[in-house]
Amino acid sequence: MSGPFRRPTRAELRNARAASGFLLPFLALFVLCFLAPIGYAVYQSLLRTERAGPLGIGGVTEAFAGLENYRQALQDSGFLAGFGRVLLFGVVQIPLMILLATALALLLDAASARWVGFFRTAFFLPYGVPGVIASILWGFLYVPGISPFVEMAGSVGWDVDFLSDGTVLWSIANIVTWQYTGYNMLVLIAQLKSVPSELYEAARIDGAGAWQIALRVKLPLIRPALVLTTVFSLIGTLQLFAEPMVLRPLSNAIDSGFTPNLHAYNEAFTGNNQHAAAAEAVLLALVACVLSFGFLRLVGRRGGEDR
Amino acid sequence: MSPPVSRLRQTPLPYRIVTASLLTVAAVYFLVPVYWLTVSATKSTGDLFGTFGFWFADPRPLTRLGEVLSHDGGIYVRWFGNSLLYAGAGAVAATLLSAAAGYALAKFPFPGREGIFNVVLAGVLIPGTALALPLYLLFSELGLANTYWAVLVPSVVSPFGVYLCRIYAAAAVPDSLLEAARIDGAGEGRIFRVLVLRMMTPALVTVFLFQFVHIWNNFFLPLVMLSDSDLYPIQLGLTGWQGYADRQPELYQYTVGGAFLSVLPLMVLMGVLQRYWRTGLTEGSVK
Repeated sequence: MSGPFRRPTRAELRNARAASGFLLPFLALFVLCFLAPIGYAVYQSLLRTERAGPLGIGGVTEAFAGLENYRQALQDSGFLAGFGRVLLFGVVQIPLMILLATALALLLDAASARWVGFFRTAFFLPYGVPGVIASILWGFLYVPGISPFVEMAGSVGWDVDFLSDGTVLWSIANIVTWQYTGYNMLVLIAQLKSVPSELYEAARIDGAGAWQIALRVKLPLIRPALVLTTVFSLIGTLQLFAEPMVLRPLSNAIDSGFTPNLHAYNEAFTGNNQHAAAAEAVLLALVACVLSFGFLRLVGRRGGEDR
Repeated sequence: MSPPVSRLRQTPLPYRIVTASLLTVAAVYFLVPVYWLTVSATKSTGDLFGTFGFWFADPRPLTRLGEVLSHDGGIYVRWFGNSLLYAGAGAVAATLLSAAAGYALAKFPFPGREGIFNVVLAGVLIPGTALALPLYLLFSELGLANTYWAVLVPSVVSPFGVYLCRIYAAAAVPDSLLEAARIDGAGEGRIFRVLVLRMMTPALVTVFLFQFVHIWNNFFLPLVMLSDSDLYPIQLGLTGWQGYADRQPELYQYTVGGAFLSVLPLMVLMGVLQRYWRTGLTEGSVK
């Protein structure tokens, strides 16, 4: 490449001008909607509201609070319980969903061509149902009185409660699994299709059965897609909000801090404590980044070269 | 691709039966709730509670759905229009912005390019809901909260779109063609509009569809930003109905009917989307 002290040529200047023209509109909005809120949240999280005079009627001022909001958030047992809950949720639901998506992708890849289109569409369909609508829909399928499942179980003497303390988290896991399995399956299928079919032919000629091809050839090949879907699922799980929010009127087992997101939301809009909510939002983003980068590094190291 | 005939011959019958039954069980799991919704959308609130959920009772689909549309001065139609506006306008703008930014990052070497790209990529990993709260505080300061802009502006920024467009532009737009156009005296803006956008069409369709679905499904942002129910997208309106249903029982019926109506257009879009996913996206992302 050229040395650093050379004066830029006309073409280079023209290049830079054009590039900034194309890039700036996006970058400006990216700064406004991604970087500024992060900076603002960090700033807000370091302040506290001070009320002057007796009973706080002397006016409200903002004062620097240091890390006090973070300390309080990390000592808030409700907030921590929410984190524990989504982590438990993630540890169980994500592997189950990825396993199901992988199994369906491999089955569809191996199935005879006639019905593949129908099944693929059927599996993918729930992705088209927004999370809120899916939660409303499954809420009706959980709530006694309307739910045909509860009714059917009841008619054979089985008293099920999908919305109790012990079950509601897994009822939510079912909604998420129902919604996103087909989407993850499609990502995996896309990767499977990119594998040249000569590879399968070669394995077959070497005497590998359908099972062996699936496990030994296809599975390692779709590893990048598996990593990708896991990371996105991880981020999605930490953000869990719409499902518990919608099911809350139906279940006493869901409190205002059921997930970290719900906790932060209620802190801001019910508790009117924006500084605490900002600190919780920052913590949430931090945990999401640490977990997803940590996971990427973990699988990157184990698999050696990933690119 | 091996022709299906040779596959049939190679796969033993029991194996095929197991595969087909597993796929069928999965299909039942994914389709049953949609079936329930379809059946229930034809029922009154009384029948929702009083009759078996998986079968029809006095089905009057047009009357029931008509009631949904006319309830409360036709507010549902307004919500539907709002959702279309947010998702449609937001996705078009997001696609154009992503295309321009992705093209610039792919085809114009300048110092700091990789740094900018990495920061944008990190944006994909930041939870959207962690951003929504501070964004609300920020937009309140700017006087933008509780307006159409509060939902539209954040919706047009798609880091994933930029990522996809960069990869696609790098692969699908040949440098020689750009050089030829420049030598012919075409301006950069004209080259982008006439040549580049056309060559990037598969990636643009993918970005548009994904962003459309993303905005349509987004709940947290409008929930945080909007307090005026005239600005609500469908999802927000329906959760309101659902939350009030125990006090106003006919809302059960409207919630079910409204959910059914809102799912229909997305189902159609899904059919298109999954086809494009397999062609458009794989071309761009897999080398």
